[in-house]
Amino acid sequence: MKQSLFEQRHKAEWEQFSLMLDQLEHGKGASRTGDFPKDYRRLCQHLALAQERGYSSFLIDTLQQLVLRGHQQLYRHRSRLGANVAGFILAGFPRLVREQWRFVLAAGLMFFGSLIGFALLVYLFPDLVYNLIPAEQVGELQSMYDPVAGHLGRTTERAASEDWVMFGYYIMHNIGIAFQTFASGLLLGLGSAFFLLFNGLMIGAVAGHLTHVGYGQTFWSFVIGHGAFELTAIALAGAAGLQLGWALIAPGRLPRAEALRLAAGKSVLLICGVMLFLLIAAFIEAYWSSMTAPKPMTKYLVGAALWGLVAMYLLFAGRARHAPE
Amino acid sequence: MLETTALPRKATLYPQLDTRYQVETPEGIDLPLRPAGLMVRALAFAIDLGLRGLILGLLFIGLAFLGKLGAGLGSLMLFGVSWWYMVLFEVLNQGRSPGKQWMGLRVVQDDGTPVGWTASLLRNLLRFVDMLPFGYFLGAISCLQHPTFKRLGDLAAGTLVIYREQPLTRPQLPEAQPVRPAFALTLSEQRSILGFAERQGELSESRTLELASILAQPLQVDPPRAVAELNGIARGLLGPA
Repeated sequence: MKQSLFEQRHKAEWEQFSLMLDQLEHGKGASRTGDFPKDYRRLCQHLALAQERGYSSFLIDTLQQLVLRGHQQLYRHRSRLGANVAGFILAGFPRLVREQWRFVLAAGLMFFGSLIGFALLVYLFPDLVYNLIPAEQVGELQSMYDPVAGHLGRTTERAASEDWVMFGYYIMHNIGIAFQTFASGLLLGLGSAFFLLFNGLMIGAVAGHLTHVGYGQTFWSFVIGHGAFELTAIALAGAAGLQLGWALIAPGRLPRAEALRLAAGKSVLLICGVMLFLLIAAFIEAYWSSMTAPKPMTKYLVGAALWGLVAMYLLFAGRARHAPE
Repeated sequence: MLETTALPRKATLYPQLDTRYQVETPEGIDLPLRPAGLMVRALAFAIDLGLRGLILGLLFIGLAFLGKLGAGLGSLMLFGVSWWYMVLFEVLNQGRSPGKQWMGLRVVQDDGTPVGWTASLLRNLLRFVDMLPFGYFLGAISCLQHPTFKRLGDLAAGTLVIYREQPLTRPQLPEAQPVRPAFALTLSEQRSILGFAERQGELSESRTLELASILAQPLQVDPPRAVAELNGIARGLLGPA
């Protein structure tokens, strides 16, 4: 068959297919989507015929563009996360954390180990803090948590609008740190390990120092509530980063690039959960932790309850399978 | 795609120097994508960077009037613009951030399908590593040594930055009397002759003549007549309009 005859016969079909693609690409429900796969496969056949019969480049390129657009519509990946947010929060995320327990354990040990270890060291040998944090910053921190001043975290009693300022700041700062901790895991896991240890040491130094100078009450009652979510989230972000690095170090029977791609697909889901945790943490930090009205004892109890909640969630949520998933 | 149909000779044939990336669809069709190289991507990124700076600058000027509330909003905006600008544009605007749109690029998955939330989030989070130790050093190295110019974030997310398809206009074939070729043509010869006719509008007259005269001897015509002869064959192949 000559090219011009071929074009004449199928031109109308191609134009109609192109119109349907326009509608689909702009997110409108096209009228006859039921026929789409059939039309697409027919177009593929036309392209194969055109190539096999040596038709001109113009025709083949045009058909190829149509097939590419059709391919993108027919085979596009549906986002697993967007479709099933509730299922992910209720079951998917804690399940994923338990599935990756080795990395979570390693990251947790690095982060909480360095935090608690260095806090104890600074408490016992107070001068150590100056090795890590410059003296003027230590002074600033001290004035922030001074119990005589009678307020928490900042130098003046905060109004509601200021809580809002801090909410924005915490989100930016904390999620930024979590993202860094995760992404630098691509450097064979070394970056994640560095950020985990570094942040652990810093927080440990501050905690140890403030407890040593006798500001423990204000400090611990301030941090215990949101710490449950915030510190866990940083450790989980580190775990996701370590997973990336481990895929490069020990890819198993896959090529390294493939192993990395698979590990990355899972770890990015972990990061989505981490973002959720940090949002909750920023909310608690801005609106609950900064309140001065509740007694420290109340804060400790609420804080302990929150830690328990996080632990229960990660350990037990989603163990039993329910129908709505 | 001109497959080499030359007869086997003693010298080995080298594969064509070609950066096209073939995606094989389940229907058995090979779709060629054209991955974009370092330079054009760097330009697209520079445009995006400038645009983000502009957005933040305007926002901060606006928010400065709102006082405390503005400061909180400003932090959120800074966070949003620095970490989510690329992700939102790539997912919601068919793989095109404004810079990529300007440079005629788009991001797709390895299999040619549109980029999704997780893949886009991943490739943009890992940008942080690509930027290490300074000025996209690791990303540039990775991009330059990879056959389809992937930076580290692309490798992990399984994405690809390609040139967007541009709409084609039908080329005007030169008028000629349809001729039947004196001998059977192979597929690639047929495609070449059609290509010669289709591209004639873009070539200068002397170049057309030069190209055609290469074939004057096998076609058994005088070199000046070769152009008309080839156009005739092309017309003949195409069939009546």
